[in-house]
Amino acid sequence: MAKAQVTFQDIGVTVTVPAGTRLIEVSEKVGAGITYGCREGECCTCLTKIVSGDENLATPSSLEARVLSDNLAPSKHRLACQAQVLGGAITVKPA
Amino acid sequence: MPHAGASHNAVTVLPGVHWVGALDPDLRSFDIILRTANGTSYNAYAVRGSQGVAVIDTVKEMYAGTFFRRLESVARYEEITTIVLNHLEPDHSGALPELMERAPKAKLYVSPQARNMMKGLFDTGPVEHRIIPVNTGDRISLGDRSLRFFNTPYLHWPDTQCTFLEQDGVLFSGDFLGCHFCDARLFNDAVGDFRFSFDYYYSHIMRPFRDHVRHALDLIQPLPISLVAPAHGPILRESPLDYVQRYRTLSASNLHGAESKTLLVFYISSYGSTRRMAEFVAAGAEQVDGVRVSLYDIEGSETAPFVDLIEEADGLVFGSPTINGDAVKPVWDMLSSLTLVNVKGKLGAAFGSYGWSGEAVPMVEDRLRRLKLRVPVAGVRARLIPTPEELAQCRELGRQSALHLVGKADARVIDMAALG
Repeated sequence: MAKAQVTFQDIGVTVTVPAGTRLIEVSEKVGAGITYGCREGECCTCLTKIVSGDENLATPSSLEARVLSDNLAPSKHRLACQAQVLGGAITVKPA
Repeated sequence: MPHAGASHNAVTVLPGVHWVGALDPDLRSFDIILRTANGTSYNAYAVRGSQGVAVIDTVKEMYAGTFFRRLESVARYEEITTIVLNHLEPDHSGALPELMERAPKAKLYVSPQARNMMKGLFDTGPVEHRIIPVNTGDRISLGDRSLRFFNTPYLHWPDTQCTFLEQDGVLFSGDFLGCHFCDARLFNDAVGDFRFSFDYYYSHIMRPFRDHVRHALDLIQPLPISLVAPAHGPILRESPLDYVQRYRTLSASNLHGAESKTLLVFYISSYGSTRRMAEFVAAGAEQVDGVRVSLYDIEGSETAPFVDLIEEADGLVFGSPTINGDAVKPVWDMLSSLTLVNVKGKLGAAFGSYGWSGEAVPMVEDRLRRLKLRVPVAGVRARLIPTPEELAQCRELGRQSALHLVGKADARVIDMAALG
């Protein structure tokens, strides 16, 4: 299975994850500072800055794109409960 | 001298600019968190231009009648082309739905953030087409007068903005530069001494958003301001820039000359076990150059001075015993007080002794994450009296926390499968 490396910059931890993993599935387990509200892509609590490697995340769903737009999220920001890792290396930190 | 208590008429601020707000002298607490010794005011304004009237903000719903009577004393509803809401909170938007009905020609100008939040407060469906989001630099014309908008979020909600009446130099600042001080004489050179209320309002409402306050000051300080018209408290017509400068002072960093990172270790202890752990955490942190470590017993002080220290600190470590499955109340009191300041991005950690369950440490860590601190080093728990090994873990907790503060912590690489 394809792997990806997700680095949580705020805690200095890199996790090797299978492709298809959502950031939410790993960030809490390693104690990263991304916090969650609804966990369903509605509340924008888990807004996360993609420091690098945003091309290695799946394109936002229409739901995520709308919530990002409604909340005036800057570019290279994603919802950790929605963003899915495709491969390669991605570095993130809480927005 | 104009006196708002004498009638239900509007009060002239400048020719063509009127106060149409309401006084609430009997209010004694606001937003749950604020004491209001002599009540507050809900300031709203009407601005007349050659091609229309603008209404800036409204009032709390229960004062809508007063607001409409004052407004009707200076304008007819069909003249109102513009409604500006600088802040959505119900004490300023309470009369908005009715005003939108009474003034059918008016467009509503709000920040983009307010545009989205508004749906949670009103049924915006019937007036959706009349709501126009505006951003910094946008202007609207009233004919011979114009309003310019400044997007100033988090003063103290995401939606807040300031509006500048360009020809007269009037800044309608919303809650920014306001205070809870009810005095029918309205103007800062006529009312009683409200300096305490001004600072108190800053420290309880604006202080958690200090960075945003500075951002807003950067936007508005270059403006040729001749008068500040906030949404609460006195209208600042005498030396208005003194109040702007006061915000600059209040939002400045209190500690100067500290080159090193600061790490604060707080603890509370029943039998000395958590205290012993705290001493080892502090000792471990002191091994790292460039980190200034301080150790405090929470029992030894009121919370407020600690909050002042925390505002300027880089890292916070909390030690709490577990009693009845929880961290102890003085620790929670401290943690709940952290909403008074901006702690986002600071380093956090936790440790503590316990008898049989030990929930305090993960609960404190979770709270720290919720406050948006980063918690890079796992906490240490010790059952009853800490063993030498557990004290060594505490020393390592302190050392690793300090290394993170100075950017020298080793990067860790983990496989997700190992996380369970």
